[in-house]
Amino acid sequence: MTTETQKPQRVDGTLTSIGQKKPRIDGTLKLTGGADYAADRNLPNQTWGYPVSSTIAKGRLVALELDEALAMPGVLDIFHHDNFDKLSRSPNDFAAANKVGESRLPFEDNEIYYHGQYIALVVADTFEHARAAARKVRAQYEKSDDQLTDILALDSGQGDLPGEDVPGDASSRGDADSAFESASIQLDQRYSIAHENHSVMEMHASVAQWENDMLTVYESSQGVVFQRNALAKIFGIPQEKVTVISHFIGSGFGSKLFMWPHAVMTSVAARRLGRPVKTVVPRELEYLNTGYRPTSLQRVRLGADDSGKLLSIHHDGCNETSPAGLHDDTVSGATPSMYDCDNVAVTNRLVTVNKGAPTSMRAPGEASGAFALETALDELAVKLEMDPLELRKKNFAEKDPAADLPWSSNHLKECWDNAAQRFGWNKRNPTPGAMKDGDEIIGYGMATQSWEAMRQHCSARFGFRDDGTLLVACGTQDIGTGTYTIVAQTASEMTGVPIEMIDVRLGDSSLPSGPLSGGSFATATVLPAVSAAMKEALAELKTLATAEGGVFENVDQDSITLRDGRLVSGDNSIEIAELLRQNRIGLVDGEASTKPGDEQDQYSFRSFGAVFVEVRWDPGISRLRVARVCSTIDIGRAINPLTATNQVEGSIVMGMGMGLFEQIEYDAHGYPYNNSLADYVVPVNADMPQIEVELLDYPDYLRNEFGARGVGEVGLTGVAAAISNAVYNATGKRIRDMPISIEKLLAS
Amino acid sequence: MRAFELESVEAIDQAVSHRRVHDGEAFIAGGTTLLDLVKLDVMQPEKVVDVSRLPLKRIETLEDGRLKVGALVSNTELAKHEIVMRDYPVLSEALLSGASTGLRNMASTGGNVMQRTRCPYFRDPAMPCNKREPGTGCSAIEGINRNHAVLGTSEHCIATHPSDMCVGMVAAGATLVLEGPDGQREVAFEDYHLLPGDSPEREHDLKPGELITHVILDAPRSGGQHYLKLRDRASYEFALASCAAIVNLDGDNISEVRLALGGVATKPWRADAAEAVLKGQPATQENFEQAAEAAFNDAVAYSHNGFKITLGKQAIVRALRDATAAARG
Ligand SMILES: Cc1cc2nc3c(=O)[nH]c(=O)nc-3n(C[C@H](O)[C@H](O)[C@H](O)COP(=O)(O)OP(=O)(O)OC[C@H]3O[C@@H](n4cnc5c(N)ncnc54)[C@H](O)[C@@H]3O)c2cc1C
Ligand code: SF4
Repeated sequence: MTTETQKPQRVDGTLTSIGQKKPRIDGTLKLTGGADYAADRNLPNQTWGYPVSSTIAKGRLVALELDEALAMPGVLDIFHHDNFDKLSRSPNDFAAANKVGESRLPFEDNEIYYHGQYIALVVADTFEHARAAARKVRAQYEKSDDQLTDILALDSGQGDLPGEDVPGDASSRGDADSAFESASIQLDQRYSIAHENHSVMEMHASVAQWENDMLTVYESSQGVVFQRNALAKIFGIPQEKVTVISHFIGSGFGSKLFMWPHAVMTSVAARRLGRPVKTVVPRELEYLNTGYRPTSLQRVRLGADDSGKLLSIHHDGCNETSPAGLHDDTVSGATPSMYDCDNVAVTNRLVTVNKGAPTSMRAPGEASGAFALETALDELAVKLEMDPLELRKKNFAEKDPAADLPWSSNHLKECWDNAAQRFGWNKRNPTPGAMKDGDEIIGYGMATQSWEAMRQHCSARFGFRDDGTLLVACGTQDIGTGTYTIVAQTASEMTGVPIEMIDVRLGDSSLPSGPLSGGSFATATVLPAVSAAMKEALAELKTLATAEGGVFENVDQDSITLRDGRLVSGDNSIEIAELLRQNRIGLVDGEASTKPGDEQDQYSFRSFGAVFVEVRWDPGISRLRVARVCSTIDIGRAINPLTATNQVEGSIVMGMGMGLFEQIEYDAHGYPYNNSLADYVVPVNADMPQIEVELLDYPDYLRNEFGARGVGEVGLTGVAAAISNAVYNATGKRIRDMPISIEKLLAS
Repeated sequence: MRAFELESVEAIDQAVSHRRVHDGEAFIAGGTTLLDLVKLDVMQPEKVVDVSRLPLKRIETLEDGRLKVGALVSNTELAKHEIVMRDYPVLSEALLSGASTGLRNMASTGGNVMQRTRCPYFRDPAMPCNKREPGTGCSAIEGINRNHAVLGTSEHCIATHPSDMCVGMVAAGATLVLEGPDGQREVAFEDYHLLPGDSPEREHDLKPGELITHVILDAPRSGGQHYLKLRDRASYEFALASCAAIVNLDGDNISEVRLALGGVATKPWRADAAEAVLKGQPATQENFEQAAEAAFNDAVAYSHNGFKITLGKQAIVRALRDATAAARG
């Protein structure tokens, strides 16, 4: 094992696999039903869990009446506070890779913190029996009526935001207060984004099995290593005794990064019954206890001179969090890096509400923060009577002003120009309502996009097999984004072995530890580890080849290169598989761990983009539609432009959801009103605008030898702002609270 | 698992005569409403009578020019039937604006008439709801009522009738044919669905043991027709407000007009007050707006659905404009 921290070498020249548009290598498996998603798993002797959850938002569970349910056919047991195993909470530490979604253990006490909180788990011989019995469990509550589910109602509309300040989130440079006071142009506005839910296609599920004292959990997880570590802490057993498997994931968007209580209660039930237990979280509960993007309230103050130069930026954020699990979305966190401005101050606050724990949702923090900042800039441009794109260009940050470091690679200016040109921004009439087409009024809006380009530590295994195939293994996941495919492309690029002959293994915590599939860091993190592991294996092969009696006996190892699946030295070459067969070896493999080096302290890593939106507003019938979205993004090198573009397209659609539709609503009693796929409105096919995405191709070799940053999230940032800015251009109405619903358009 | 008895019937008399008359029984046709509600624990039939094989799948023109539609004709077949597309475009458009292709392929004409409200409180057995459990109270009036009705409400229930098809049928004019243990009877489509009043659990005039066998559409009204459905997203969502309009012109004046509303009322809603404003008057924007005002004269807004009054009026004005344009050809 080696640890590679030195400056990465470039991989460039002619690429044959990296940078090619490759369809997903797991596509056929998915289309033919061969992909084993967590809930598809059925183990011998398996039983089924079905949860019972609280129907009040706050109070105490006084009694559970179980007799009727226990007498139902097929029921094996019912788990709840009084008979549950005594466990320890996970330390819930990101750095130690054991962070969980809800820190509270299931059934830990009889307090009710939120509607949808688990109060019992019924286990029966079939799903139908478990569900029927779960409905016969009767709960008695002592209800408190002082529940809080709406942080927007707490806002006075002026001055400080509600909630507790998080001191660690605050940062500042210069003197923002005085600069704002003395600025000739001032803007002070509040913005909000409603509680959004991930609404994943594949439902959350755990299938847990104990064999001897080893626990295996099949889970739909974006982080098998995190879940393995957390379960080990909770059960007080060594990590080696826990395996978490998640071969395929039908989307997660952050809701599957950190473990939720259903996995713990399912594992306990499996241990107690001595049989495997499968629990699929019911759709309606997914909206309540597997995380969500918290409602956020923001205040942005901008000070500028008459030329549009930013003199001050204040960005205060506030998001809701839960007694069941703390989540700080840090919505203002990225703001200090976004524009060149000497005086900047940001803060964040938290309000605890009676809802389940919020969690990361695609571009957490930044998607919300960018909405506020980029809308505020549009408002500033209106005050200045300046083109919003020009305003941004005027304040371009040549280096990262927050860290005072150069960018590793920044092509934002080209993104702005490229997208503006493709979109036809120069045809924009800045006067609201001036562009018309029949019944419709057209509006144009734009925003800057951005997401930090992180890289984490990672281990991987790489093997050459005697049948000519390769094995590449890493304990990360493919959440549908194409990780299997880009790992295979990279292995193919390095070895010349065709992609069809590469066996990629992911989604298993017993493999060398890989990163979460989140934060857009999986690509930049995993590929260097794969490369380092390949080099380890290659060194072994060279040793074999140069051994006594070998093809390359007496040849200098450094002269041997790897090409088209062969070891080559001068005119001599041997197929690697042949070399292995000659030596009667089935597999030569290597393992390596990699992590970012000191470039981390020398540069700032960030992806940027620009998004332009055309909306159409038909005032006669109050109909608003997004007609066209044009985005240009710089993500370093796209390993697979097909899947990378697809990530941006999907992000745009999600941004439309944030801007136009998505909102979980709680009524005055703390009752979640629309926690179903039918009632929670997301964009559907008929809403799809014309989407045109272009990825710039500037490899960022400071990030890694492949020049790849990540792509999962940057495309979402700015979309809601560009929509609301376009809506202003069409209607003259400035909607600062997302989503832009019909009633808000009618009211303003 | 909740056990229930399943009986498949092949003939209409079997369907009706075999039914023990109590509410523990339910017909199932396409199942797109019933199965959901059973799984949600909202409907708990002890016996399910599968009527999907009954010979009620034809669409035929009667001698008097009316169109007789079997209760098991699917929403897709009805919408795509050439006579419907030609003579009842408002109905075809209404059907095609509903649900999704897959659902419309399963959904039957009778089942669509009988579909139940989408009020989330109704669909969650943990919540008080007068329609589901009479006397427990209405959660929506004090709760969230964005999707609820502004017309035809009562202090006991404000749930909207969700159907698009029924709105098209009210505009086109129709009669329901019901077959029961005591024989056959006909009910005017408009009279079939009931206002909630003080018994929101009673949703329609179907007697225990009765089956809808047909919907007979009035002879075509010709004229210009249009169905306009307004909602948050472009598809796969129930109406926030919809309007079915049929306009006949005599020169520039409106000679005949039929208007029906969806998404805003507790039943498929005939906007007769609006029709009265228009009859004999010039087909102008001002008159359309006056008609729209008249349609919502008696509207009652609740905490979250006031915007539906504006939206409903807009739906009327635009549907009238487009139906008028169609009438002019
Ligand atoms: C996700 C979703 C979206 C939808 N969106 C829309 C929409 O936008 N617009 C819209 O209009 N509708 C929409 N629908 C509703 C859909 O149109 C109805 O579910 C469908 O029409 C019901 O027909 P069915 O044959 O499946 O009824 P079933 O589910 O079989 O039956 C429904 C009810 O009718 C009774 N019944 C059935 N046939 C008869 C009969 N012949 N006589 C007496 N009683 C009978 C049954 O006992 C049951 O109570 C949607 C449904 C879903 C699930
Ligand atoms: S509106 Fe009607 S259906 Fe909805 S909760 Fe009230 S009574 Fe029940």
